[in-house]
Amino acid sequence: MAVLVIAEHDNANLSDATAKVVTAAAKFGSDVDVLVAGEGAGAVAAAAAQIAGVRKVVHADGASLKKQSAEAMEALVVPMMAGYDAVFIAATTTGKNIAPRIAAKLDVMQLSEIVEVIDPSTFVRPIYAGNAIMTVKSSDAKKVITVRGTAFPAAAGGGAASVETAAAPAGPFKSEFVSDEMVKSDRPELTAAKRIVSGGRALGSSDKFKEVIIPLADKLGAAVGASRAAVDAGYAPNDYQVGQTGKIVAPELYVAVGISGAIQHLAGMKDSKIIVAINKDEEAPIFQVADYGLVADLFVAVPELTKSL
Amino acid sequence: MKVLVPVKRVIDYNVKVRVKPDQTGVDLANVKMSMNPFDEISVEEAVRLKEAGVATEIVVVSIGPQQAQETIRTALAMGADRGILIKTDAMVEPLAVAKLLAKVVGEESPDLVILGKQAIDDDSNQTGQMLAALLDWPQGTFAYKIEKDGGALKVVREVDGGLQTVKLTLPAIVTVDLRLNEPRYASLPNIMKAKKKEIAEKSPEAYGVDISPRLTVVKVTEPATRSAGVKVEDVAALVAKLKTAGAV
Repeated sequence: MAVLVIAEHDNANLSDATAKVVTAAAKFGSDVDVLVAGEGAGAVAAAAAQIAGVRKVVHADGASLKKQSAEAMEALVVPMMAGYDAVFIAATTTGKNIAPRIAAKLDVMQLSEIVEVIDPSTFVRPIYAGNAIMTVKSSDAKKVITVRGTAFPAAAGGGAASVETAAAPAGPFKSEFVSDEMVKSDRPELTAAKRIVSGGRALGSSDKFKEVIIPLADKLGAAVGASRAAVDAGYAPNDYQVGQTGKIVAPELYVAVGISGAIQHLAGMKDSKIIVAINKDEEAPIFQVADYGLVADLFVAVPELTKSL
Repeated sequence: MKVLVPVKRVIDYNVKVRVKPDQTGVDLANVKMSMNPFDEISVEEAVRLKEAGVATEIVVVSIGPQQAQETIRTALAMGADRGILIKTDAMVEPLAVAKLLAKVVGEESPDLVILGKQAIDDDSNQTGQMLAALLDWPQGTFAYKIEKDGGALKVVREVDGGLQTVKLTLPAIVTVDLRLNEPRYASLPNIMKAKKKEIAEKSPEAYGVDISPRLTVVKVTEPATRSAGVKVEDVAALVAKLKTAGAV
């Protein structure tokens, strides 16, 4: 079985998500090729060639692929699929944008955010924000799959796959990139972070959020997250949101500060290895999933914790 | 500009879902159902476009059982003009939904289709993108802000790491994310008015679309539960526990 993995990158660096998708893809079939589509992405293609278990890297380079728009990726990938049984892509905003477009063109029902490959036609995926887990069998000849990165370990490095080039599709497309407005941060990305400190509505203001959460995150070298309640109240940007409607995370350490633990938040973080909850309400549902719970005033306890680490 | 808004009837987002003991699915009997929250945001955005004089007509479409008519009524009460119910008791997968919507687009010729980015039941996040592919229209997914710009539509998208702006040639597909707007509650007079608005009833067969599923559910199970750990007395005890566990 041959499978095409679409690499996630920003034309300069290959995202860790790609090596995780390779792990999932290798459970599907033994011939795993990685497609690097971008503009000036030679270094990314070279990095992808080093992922262990990759048969070859297909590198398509051109202006139309700079932002990996869904329209251009559809034009590139759909014809390539004649040679593959499946296409795997990370369930990031990029992957989610592209994959269904390819699936519809192939007349295939996509499998979204799989967390397990049972056999080449049977997969496991969470539904209802992870409150139920569905095992599903696909009767389609080709599979289009997005992969939840937190569910698979990254494939090792040390490979030396060959790199071949492919032509970028010619534009113009009916969608045109205008601009990016990326949040600049030295912190690890939420979905890739080993440690996360998240704040909830109990922080009370955006200033307090910064004052209490950030020093602890700095001390731990952690990414910063937030509950939807904190985001809705304007204490933290949406990009921080952990939960059903935000990001799904599974770090080694998750520290929930002033988060009550609504179902929708738990759905996004309950696969974390160690969960710490700090909340003054001892009845808060977050304590039902926390390994270590501290019933305390967060404005006292968190600075103290920051100091003692 | 004519706007088409597909809406889905799903289990209410406040309901705690229960997996059926026979593992065939989730228990939907006697459970409160509502409009998919992301679809409410789509309807709200369409209504705001109409209030701003950008949209001229809003058509709402739902695919589902007879009760999906209530979901359409909710959208009509929020300000949509008329509805289409494609009635079926079958489970319709996103690919088939997109095919049916493509037929509706063929009949209605909207300039813009606004959909929720995903439904909170199957969490697929596929329909809008699939519809865009079937129609060969451009797509602006996970919208944070949309703005008409001559014959084009500027869409600011929520992407990992920040925001991205794209310009789409109309007609186009937009899928909405949470921060786009805060949906209104329908007022009583508007709920009364909505009862008089037209809802046309159709069937998948009438559109000639094969909705037979491509996926078979093998089983649906409860997620692995996580048991509560221990409460610690104070910060010092917490630090000690974390050190023992090798977490810090």
